[in-house]
Amino acid sequence: MAAPHFLVHERKDSVGVVVVEGAKKGQMLTGWVMQGNKTIKMKCLKAIPIGHKIALGAIGKGDTVIKYGHDIGKCVAAINKGGHVHTHNIKTKRW
Amino acid sequence: MAKATKKTAAKKAPAKRAKTARRKPASRRKASDRRTSAKTAKRPAAKSNRRTKVARRTPAAARRTKADRRTVAKKSTARRSSNKPTFMGWRRKNGRVGIRNHVIILPLDDLSNAACEAVANNIKGTMAIPHPYGRLQFGEDLKLHFRTLIGTGANPNVAAVIVIGIEPQWTGRVVKGIAKTGKPVAGFAIEQNGDHQTIADASRLAKEYVQAASELEREKCTTKDLWVSVKCGESDTTSGLASNPTVGNFIDKMDVWGATTCFGETSEITGAELNCAKRGKTKKIGAKFLKTWQSYNDDVIEQFKTDDLSDSQPTKGNIEGGLSTIEEKAFGNLEKIGKKTSFIDVLGPAEAPRKGPGLYFMDTSSAAAECVTLQAAAGFTVHLFPTGQGNIIGNPIEPVIKLTANPRTVRTMGEHVDVDVSGILRREMTLNKAGDALIDMTIRTCNGRLTAAEALGHREFVLTKLYRSA
Repeated sequence: MAAPHFLVHERKDSVGVVVVEGAKKGQMLTGWVMQGNKTIKMKCLKAIPIGHKIALGAIGKGDTVIKYGHDIGKCVAAINKGGHVHTHNIKTKRW
Repeated sequence: MAKATKKTAAKKAPAKRAKTARRKPASRRKASDRRTSAKTAKRPAAKSNRRTKVARRTPAAARRTKADRRTVAKKSTARRSSNKPTFMGWRRKNGRVGIRNHVIILPLDDLSNAACEAVANNIKGTMAIPHPYGRLQFGEDLKLHFRTLIGTGANPNVAAVIVIGIEPQWTGRVVKGIAKTGKPVAGFAIEQNGDHQTIADASRLAKEYVQAASELEREKCTTKDLWVSVKCGESDTTSGLASNPTVGNFIDKMDVWGATTCFGETSEITGAELNCAKRGKTKKIGAKFLKTWQSYNDDVIEQFKTDDLSDSQPTKGNIEGGLSTIEEKAFGNLEKIGKKTSFIDVLGPAEAPRKGPGLYFMDTSSAAAECVTLQAAAGFTVHLFPTGQGNIIGNPIEPVIKLTANPRTVRTMGEHVDVDVSGILRREMTLNKAGDALIDMTIRTCNGRLTAAEALGHREFVLTKLYRSA
């Protein structure tokens, strides 16, 4: 089995984590959804560094971002499917 | 003059104690027995490590079918559950087991660091533990100062202690606290003696201590004798995906085997605090955790916070590694306590567990060195430290085992990594296998293997301070 480009913790997560270096703009990435052991494909909209998140679907401004099956914060700038998800478009609901 | 300030009880005790300690273990065990058990404990570790490497390098291993991998994983679980690992440790007078045999020169306060370092320089095989506090502290903060220093000296990884302070009273308080363990300990005060006389006197005794300690022998110990603390640092998203779950797998296995384990990091559970509370053995214990978490939030965070805690949580390194929010970091953090294990009590900082074997939560800072210093002071003897971006922390008395799943960290700062679990991200390594590899490395560390942090000289000893001194 080829090593996946990104990993997803749970089925209902809205983001995955890129686990390889050098994921390029326009590249078709293979993802492994660990819960349920499923393989998915996703086109990467821009270069995403290792460890950073990719949106598995469109995420609207104000939406809750789900990872580990849980609320990890809110979207503060709309994100397209395959987009880079980080501090520029999501924020904690706490501090 | 110097002799007059020494605690007489403490001064007499060491020589006597050292002699008994020297005699006892030797008569208890045969040298040949010891050698055999050390070998058996080491062998499976080396093997499984080799397997890991092979799996990473050869394409054939990567092509292995899922069924194949499952069989391998099953076999190793079977081997483990029927054959609990053992290690060779130093059993101290109070029954606790150490995996190191340090003689430490412990300053009571900032002023005594220089004398401690001079003694450690004079007497080879001893170690000074300098730190910046110990003057004009009061209330809870002072209590924590004493608890941390006494706990550090009392830790079973420490064979004997020389305490040096500016004045005899607080120095004596630390000596008295450590003496309860039955190990050799003595205090020296600098006032009315000066550095020279103090260093000379302390060096003479330190030499006796270190020679006596060098003759103490190890004996076969089980996982019930193992006190393991965990804390992650410079985490990134790979921590939550693989290295923290590897520690979780370790905790789930060790809990069944009767080990005493501990996690902490109060602020870093923010976002997952309700999930954490559910992991309390009873509702009451869960509520005790929530109360601790809430009071840190109310008393410290709310009072001093700026937007996003001024980028302190997540840290700049966390953000570089892809963590965007405290909630995301918290859920990753919590992976360290496994899937099945419940915590059986909530400890104050540096407070020793009192409810027997099991998992404990300790109220600590999330800063690596502060947290590990408190855990070591509570009596934990080996630490598991998963990292993403590469936190390089060590501790003077508690060996810190580093693991990472981030392939970039393995490549760029491999000298800091004891266990590489990046294979999990490539689907070459199961979590179960990673957990076993970590158990193997822990046992090897207990048997004497120096961790990367030990070999590189990382001895970050950082006291937690609750508020400004008077």
